[in-house]
Amino acid sequence: MKLPGRPERSSLGALILIAAVLGCSAAAFAFTAGWLSPGRLTPDRMIAALTPPSGPPLGHRRNHAKGICFTGTFEANGNGVELSRAKVFVQGRYPALGRFNLGTADPNAVDATVRVRGLGLQISAADGETWRMAMINPPVFAVSTPDAFHDLLVAAGKKDPEAMAAFIRANPEFAAFAAWAKSAPWTASYAEEPYNSLNSFVFTNAKGDEHAVRWSLVPAATPVPITQAELDKRGPDFLEQDITERVKSAPQRWTMVTTVADPGDPTADPSRAWPESRRKVQVGTLVVQRIEPERDGPCRDINFDPTVLPQGVSVSDDPFPAARSSVYRKSYDLRASEAADYPRSGAAKP
Amino acid sequence: MTGAPHRFAPIQRLLHWLMAFCIIAMLFIGVGMVSTVAPKYLPLILIHKTLGVALLILVLARLALRLRLGAPPLPADLPPAIKLGARLSHLLLYGFMIVMPLLGLGMLWAAAYPVVLFGGIEIPALLPQSDRAHTLLWNAHVYLGLAFFALVLLHVAAALFHALVRRDDVFATISPLPQEERMNPAE
Repeated sequence: MKLPGRPERSSLGALILIAAVLGCSAAAFAFTAGWLSPGRLTPDRMIAALTPPSGPPLGHRRNHAKGICFTGTFEANGNGVELSRAKVFVQGRYPALGRFNLGTADPNAVDATVRVRGLGLQISAADGETWRMAMINPPVFAVSTPDAFHDLLVAAGKKDPEAMAAFIRANPEFAAFAAWAKSAPWTASYAEEPYNSLNSFVFTNAKGDEHAVRWSLVPAATPVPITQAELDKRGPDFLEQDITERVKSAPQRWTMVTTVADPGDPTADPSRAWPESRRKVQVGTLVVQRIEPERDGPCRDINFDPTVLPQGVSVSDDPFPAARSSVYRKSYDLRASEAADYPRSGAAKP
Repeated sequence: MTGAPHRFAPIQRLLHWLMAFCIIAMLFIGVGMVSTVAPKYLPLILIHKTLGVALLILVLARLALRLRLGAPPLPADLPPAIKLGARLSHLLLYGFMIVMPLLGLGMLWAAAYPVVLFGGIEIPALLPQSDRAHTLLWNAHVYLGLAFFALVLLHVAAALFHALVRRDDVFATISPLPQEERMNPAE
């Protein structure tokens, strides 16, 4: 900038002031963006911890990478109206779309090797309002906080067994999940699994009453226990083949059971189960009517972000839905940008 | 133009400062929310979406006012290169203000996210899901957002330069303070 003549002494002070304003603004911006805080748990760091040593599953979800799509119906029985004014609780049938999946970052994982099985679901009201959820089959979550989940991923990724031992000492709540993983029976079908929200949410009814709840999809199919050794003998995709065949012969059903917390129940900690005596309300049935491979199926492009909620459902003091939303969004951004690496069966997408 | 205003009209000054505050908040919220997994992520993103749509409406009103009411002339003694820079930077600021909310909405639509604002207001999607469109719009929103912040800093620097170094009347044209119209004697 060309100044008229030399800057006067008083201008020098002003110039310094301007530089200070700009410098402080830029520093505040950098701080807010986390550029000065390498210790902050960002979605990028969570995704780095999820990434296997062999590299990220390009074009796929960064976790629960292996899955298969379904479509069907949510049949509300009307009982949910008492708890939440969500439109899909009004007695009726609502289109549902979802994805059976495995808790692994490997889209080509052998089914028998993955302990955690999941179900992503989207239910749409008549006016298009959507409710998305992502549930898994263990009865409790592994840890209490997103930070502890990051620590778990880091410890599990280390070859040194002491890393996992140290993690367990620091996060004793992990014991309940570990016990389930070790001793709960396996099944040979997605259709025989329960899928649990684990996170708590708040239901608000038409009168404005609020209740903290968790919910589960309880299978109509009877679980048939099977050893992991038996499963090892099956093909790498036996779960996908099984669910495809089952649904072809008959729709598969799950009852959606809402559990209502009592005051004082640990709503913020998904690693802690609520007492069995808590009130349970059956609000409807998920009917899975059609299975489609993920590669060109309707679930592929959906981010089952558990904070996409209808009016009448909101997040609670559970810190996980926000963390999941943040990390799922990043995972979606990444896989969308890597679409060329995703093995679509048809021609390249325009 | 003869009879050009001496200052921006009060409604223009009000909009300028209201939007300045909101835009700076938006830029900070934007970089803050995408770098956290804490519970504040959800309220931040809700504010970002709601305020973004509100700012889109406000900038259209502001643009209409600007086209109708005009702007005070720049000081006659300002070097032509600086004048050009001032005009270009204002043009760019308007461009960012209009484009950023549209890119934000577009990237959400192209990712098949429902766009729900504060109060449950849902904006219907005008784009189908598309990996390619999402990636393009998302990148544009991020990098243009950073460029927008840089331009805002430049704008602040220029304003302070006019007010503190040149001590011309440029800052007074947009100043939020009531001004003693003829009490502006040269030193």
